Amino acid sequence: MADITSQIPASARSALGSGPRGPKPRRRLSPGNIMLYGTLFVVSVYYLLPLWVMIMTSLKGMPEIRMGNIFAPPVEVTFQPWVKAWSEACTGLNCDGLSRGFWNSVQILIPSVFFSIIVASINGYALVNWRFKGSDIFFTILIFGSFIPYQIMLYPIVILLREMGIYGTLWGLVLVHTIFGMPILTLLFRNYFSSLPEELFKAARVDGAGFWGIYFRIMLPMSLPIFVVAIILQVTGIWNDFLFGVVYTKPELYPMTVQLNNIVNSVQGVKEYNVNMAATLLTGLVPLIVYFASGKLFVRGIAAGAVKG
Amino acid sequence: MTAATSISVRDLTLNFGAVSVLKTLNLDVAEGEFIVLLGPSGCGKSTLLNCLAGLLDPSDGQIWIKGQNVTWAEPSERGIGMVFQSYALYPQMTVRGNLSFGLKNAKMPQAEIDKRVARAAEILQIGPLLDRKPAALSGGQRQRVAIGRALVRDVDVFLFDEPLSNLDAKLRSELRVEIKRLHSRLQNTMVYVTHDQIEALTLADRIAVMRGGIIQQLAAPQEIYNRPTNLFVAGFIGSPSMNFLNGATVDGGRAFDFGGTRIDLAGYDGGAVGARDKAILGLRPEHLTITDTAEPGRTIPAIVEIDEPMGADSLVWLKAGEATISVRVPVERRPAHGAAVHLRVDIPKASIFDARTEQRI
Amino acid sequence: MAGNPRRMRPLRNLYAKIAAIPMVLTALVVFVGGTLWTVTYSFTNSKLLPKLNFVGLDQYERLWSNSLWLTSIQNLMIFGVLSLVLTITMGFLLAVLMDQKIRFEDTFRTIMLYPFALSFIVTGLVWQWLLNPELGIQEFVRGLGFTGFEFDPLSNPDTVLYGLLIAGLWQGTGFVMCIMLAGLRGIDEDIWKAVRVDGIPRWKTYVFVVIPMMRPVFITTLVLVASGIIKLYDLVVAQTSGGPGNASQVPAMYVYRYMFTAQNLGQGFAASTMMLLSVLIVLIPWAYLEFGGKKNG
Repeated sequence: MADITSQIPASARSALGSGPRGPKPRRRLSPGNIMLYGTLFVVSVYYLLPLWVMIMTSLKGMPEIRMGNIFAPPVEVTFQPWVKAWSEACTGLNCDGLSRGFWNSVQILIPSVFFSIIVASINGYALVNWRFKGSDIFFTILIFGSFIPYQIMLYPIVILLREMGIYGTLWGLVLVHTIFGMPILTLLFRNYFSSLPEELFKAARVDGAGFWGIYFRIMLPMSLPIFVVAIILQVTGIWNDFLFGVVYTKPELYPMTVQLNNIVNSVQGVKEYNVNMAATLLTGLVPLIVYFASGKLFVRGIAAGAVKG
Repeated sequence: MTAATSISVRDLTLNFGAVSVLKTLNLDVAEGEFIVLLGPSGCGKSTLLNCLAGLLDPSDGQIWIKGQNVTWAEPSERGIGMVFQSYALYPQMTVRGNLSFGLKNAKMPQAEIDKRVARAAEILQIGPLLDRKPAALSGGQRQRVAIGRALVRDVDVFLFDEPLSNLDAKLRSELRVEIKRLHSRLQNTMVYVTHDQIEALTLADRIAVMRGGIIQQLAAPQEIYNRPTNLFVAGFIGSPSMNFLNGATVDGGRAFDFGGTRIDLAGYDGGAVGARDKAILGLRPEHLTITDTAEPGRTIPAIVEIDEPMGADSLVWLKAGEATISVRVPVERRPAHGAAVHLRVDIPKASIFDARTEQRI
Repeated sequence: MAGNPRRMRPLRNLYAKIAAIPMVLTALVVFVGGTLWTVTYSFTNSKLLPKLNFVGLDQYERLWSNSLWLTSIQNLMIFGVLSLVLTITMGFLLAVLMDQKIRFEDTFRTIMLYPFALSFIVTGLVWQWLLNPELGIQEFVRGLGFTGFEFDPLSNPDTVLYGLLIAGLWQGTGFVMCIMLAGLRGIDEDIWKAVRVDGIPRWKTYVFVVIPMMRPVFITTLVLVASGIIKLYDLVVAQTSGGPGNASQVPAMYVYRYMFTAQNLGQGFAASTMMLLSVLIVLIPWAYLEFGGKKNG
């Protein structure tokens, strides 16, 4: 990962890569320092407690949960809730657990991430290096479009997908993710490609490379870090989607988030909090792994989208 | 068009929206000629070069290279090679990869590619670097590779876009000599953009001084230096720049009146001066000599203010009435501060401009 | 003297134009077309299927006399204002703390930002569990001996929004902190030296020097957070399902209900058009500041 970060151009890295710029550090144990680290510690507890509770609850049996202390670690560790959440938990009449949602999400995720990134990276490249009349207008519409509440486009897209014959299918949802991922990803790639020296592009044209030649031979090999950022952004974003999953797929194709919500918030039966928390953790696991594995690149992804947007 | 014309630019116009960057520009470059496009930033010199390369589409006009109208041809089809300021080496490829990329795109046989790469590496002495990546090269080495990339294309026209601006002063003068050597060895046409007049004066067969999208003067370096066509060229070329004295030509153009001091214009190398109530006398610092004695009609009285020793020479700043004048003198002949001296004017090397049209007379 | 034929202009950049087709279609068909379509049909009495049977402002009159919509709007306003003010203040303060050349900065940032990687569904469900009155935080504190302790926001219509707020802040402040931190790091280091030479206290530096310099960052954050709040949906669905009763309904839920379950499309379209209007109220002044201001300076 360190190797990838080192390839990021200095301009793009400076926003976060540079060290703290604040006033000079003070003595180790001054009252100010105790206040500072004390506050940070309390804040960290607020952020970490839910994760702690999720894990602990998911490892307890129901009798132990009913005894009370939500924060206490399990006296008797059990993985039964995890097994049940994965393969037995019920949504409505189906009782085959979250595994179905997980595999649905995987099937949605892979093509969605692939297509949205391919389309957006070519887009960003064309916008920077092959500008044509009107290209900036479409880009502006795209960026403003990303602020429009999805609700206003929900139904027209239903009609669109129905006309194309892919309403209620995984491919319909893939198309929706490609469309709604386009603004932020195009912005990301456009900003990145415009930070590369323009003369490189000119040199390649003098060398006789065309639109695709320059994209694949010159731009792609130089852009691995930004592709990693885009993949992080899309994997977490698409995995966490709920609304599009509900609207554009059928129950047997529901992604994991939708199925999770249906399991936990179903009104029938006795609430099994340990199973619920195991299911919640399972659903959060993919973005959490991506987050912890990617480190600073995740931060860069959200900052790239935000600060320049 | 004669057979010896390599590049012919005809009525080239380029507008960015309402801004006109090139204004019906015409330029003919002879085969084997080294042309330098010189001017301040924003004068259109790089724009012109990019149009020649096919990297910018002109709004109007034509570009001919080697008898072909290439106005709408792709950059790679024009028979040009280009060297950039930032070197623009492909970072993920080795030096060899950088040199052969264009040839591979042209689907050239591998044996021919190898031959050309080897020849370029020999000429530029970059043989040992062929398997390195650009990141492992110094600035000077990178620029050599960039030149090599143009060289392997075996083209008639080389385009240089401020190729030395990113290098430090020492390397810059080394590579300047190298480019000159390259030109005398290859004898191909070179168009070279720079804002550095030393590069222009040392390298060029002819210099095109540009401002506002217009070529102000196109001539050999000495001609531009000695007989600048207008005030802009006169002020832009030469360091320190030419002294300008505001006055009038009197006596039917036989003398220049400068705050009561009259200077005899006999021997002026230019057109008929005539009487003008507003004229400017342009004198380069080396075309003035400091003397102790006044010679009527040939000297200007002045007071020494400061001097800047620059090694062999010293630049002396004097006050003559309202005007500040700089004079280049050998360092051992620096006058004392505050001394009242006389400046002898070398009229055959002076320039006189009409203050209204700013053109040289 | 055979010259190349003058190439047709439209053929230049041909591949770029082909490559831009998805963008053009998305921009024109989905974003512009979809929006116009919905706005148009919001003036019809479409029920189960969209029909072009115009009824003027009927749907809007019905919308604004529907108590469910009024509750939704009111909830969104309260939640929105509190959440904006709190995320931005907390985000900035945390960023300032993080910028004090602390040790373990990466660890602290990792801790504060990880909730942002989680979905609103996960966030809502975790906090639903933590705020569970019989087994959650309330019971834990009571177990410590404070038997009268009350902390049950989700069961009470008056406090349910604060329960959502706690979860929303947990999920989103780390993100704002990161943007603010990037903004702080973007400030010229010489400013800090100048301020030290002038002997200005640190809090004054932040208030009078740093915050004004970070104005663009604050505005961007404001727009991002605000446009996110208007879309608020998943969190409420997961954490409260809009309850108790309809006490935590939000406009996005109203739209979904009328479009996909109550089979009253016209009403759903009218409601989503109102959502668009509220976004424009945020967006237009920002676009004006951001892009209109550039021409002047």
